[in-house]
Amino acid sequence: MAELTYLQAISDGLRTEMRRDKRVFVIGEDVGVYGGAFKVTLGFQEEFGPWRVLDAPLAETAIVGACTGAAIMGLRPVAEMQFADFISCAWDQLVTVAAKQRYRAGTPVPITVRLPSGGGFSGGPFHSQNPESSFAHIPGLKCVCPATPEDAKGLLISAIEDPNPVLYFEHKHLYRRIKGEVPEERYTVPLGKARTHREGDDVSVITWGAMVYTAEEAAQQLETDGVSVEIIDLRTVMPWDKAAVLESARKTSKVLVLHEDTRTGGFGAEIAATVAEEAFEDLDAPVKRITAPDTPVPFSPPLEKAFIPQVDDVTAGLRELAEY
Amino acid sequence: MAIAREAEPVGSLKEVREAGLDREDLLGVYRNMLMSRGIEERGHILYRQGKIPGSFYTGRGNEGAAVGVATAMGTDDVGTPLHRDMGVHIVRGVEPWRIFAQFMGRVDGPTKGRDGNVHMADSKLGLIAMVSHLPAMLPVAVGCALAFRIREEKRVAVGWFGEGASARGDTHEAMTLAGVRKLPMVFVCDNNQWAYSTPTHLEFATDHVADRAEAYGFEGIVVDGTDVLAVYREAKRAIEKARAGGGPTLIECVTLRMEGHAVHDDAFYVPKELFEKWAEADPIERFRTWLRTNADMSDEEEDEIAGEVKKTLNDALKRAEESPLPDPSTLTEGVYATPEDLDTPHHK
Repeated sequence: MAELTYLQAISDGLRTEMRRDKRVFVIGEDVGVYGGAFKVTLGFQEEFGPWRVLDAPLAETAIVGACTGAAIMGLRPVAEMQFADFISCAWDQLVTVAAKQRYRAGTPVPITVRLPSGGGFSGGPFHSQNPESSFAHIPGLKCVCPATPEDAKGLLISAIEDPNPVLYFEHKHLYRRIKGEVPEERYTVPLGKARTHREGDDVSVITWGAMVYTAEEAAQQLETDGVSVEIIDLRTVMPWDKAAVLESARKTSKVLVLHEDTRTGGFGAEIAATVAEEAFEDLDAPVKRITAPDTPVPFSPPLEKAFIPQVDDVTAGLRELAEY
Repeated sequence: MAIAREAEPVGSLKEVREAGLDREDLLGVYRNMLMSRGIEERGHILYRQGKIPGSFYTGRGNEGAAVGVATAMGTDDVGTPLHRDMGVHIVRGVEPWRIFAQFMGRVDGPTKGRDGNVHMADSKLGLIAMVSHLPAMLPVAVGCALAFRIREEKRVAVGWFGEGASARGDTHEAMTLAGVRKLPMVFVCDNNQWAYSTPTHLEFATDHVADRAEAYGFEGIVVDGTDVLAVYREAKRAIEKARAGGGPTLIECVTLRMEGHAVHDDAFYVPKELFEKWAEADPIERFRTWLRTNADMSDEEEDEIAGEVKKTLNDALKRAEESPLPDPSTLTEGVYATPEDLDTPHHK
């Protein structure tokens, strides 16, 4: 085991898979000579050569479309969007072509698209978004949102190995801030299996990505008040581990859904609806959501802080549920 | 001012032989064109009989362009043909009964009833099924070419698009990527002069779509799409150039869409004189005349080919009508691929 940052774990996962499987290649803007805007692929071009680490023109449609074609020809492309926000430019290729090809034409499209996402550092409206729910809504796509370095590596390898288009949302605010023990060997973390980040009895928090850490801080504060909080880290929002969420809901009887994405139609709505449909009888309080408001992500620090759910927001929500 | 090279028509049998087709091949080309049109004509009948759900699209007038390009492709080459390119499917060997099954939404169509019309492809024959969003398949075709380049295979990808779709950004991005990486890629523009009801001068401001090629760093060629042999010769050159590492080519095949955008559309907006003029350049009739003049196609040979096509289509229709409709209980199957789905020749 080595202690790696979340970012190093992503690099390690990608490098591990590229060394093991010659079919894996990387394409994106500035991923080669520069090593990627966040340096995830630093040194990759030296190790794997210019035809397995390709600097693409500024053309997201071509990047994702070319990945689809190369995947159908038997390769395992990994595309990097410089920021998750730019995936909007490749929406058509993902949603119209890649997502539907297996269902309608029987052709699997095993591609991975890496999406540096999330806010917390004044990236503004176009470098901070969390668009996972838009893609989780599309049949045929999978959405992965790791929170820990260990999961970042294992989920990336699973994403590359998966025979479907997988969107891998890597939270930028975790890149260098979060460190953890990561096995040196190759391993996979299955898509669709949640992780119990913290065990508790009184309230369940269902969350993923950077919000796992916000929930953890809030849970620690509540512990001093004698409230025991369980945190379920979904790890992947499509497929999502309905069984684990329902089990936790039945155990604690109170559910808080927390995400950094905006509220209306966010993936939390799907979770809340499912808990209401399938665990209504087990609930002792209405399902509560804490999310960003329905606005673009603002730039200026006080505005952005008000936008992203903070520990105090979660603490207040948990207290409300605990006292219900 | 035009920039693209305008291809000459093909003259003699000798010239065709030099381009790689013997007399037997030529009769096969004629057969494939007849088959292509025959399938669509019968599709029209099926549509009027109420046996085809949704709408129905044909490529009447484009048979020469589609068959010409596909004939020039190698067995291991791949392509992304569109809704006017039935001939490509025929040349690659899709069985006609499966096409009729596709039209009628039956389980034996290549998409098993999940998609309709020419939104189909048999991946084992090196084709990838199109989507409605045009030209979204161009970046995909470029990705195939990229895979060939990465693996250093001597294979070529052919991507089709229409002159209408040339307006969209995918065209630009696909040609940019293929150009900068000198990928083994041939872009084929089916310019049938009408994007639904919109004429070419409202789709692009140059003389030809192929004029753009130079801006992407490769050659553009305009060819008469009703001249199957000229299309074949230009496609063959471009494909072999790409195979040899010479990078992409853009071939623009000029035809006229001889019917409406789809079966519901009577194309009232196309001047009658234009239809009359292009009817004289019907690709099948033109090639039939050429074969009789230059390759001594006899009455017997002509009848034999027409008879074989007719019989194939009759049998195909019968077999397709026997194919069952999909079972609604299968609705949710196959949204996601399983690892077993990757057990294909491409993925090994």
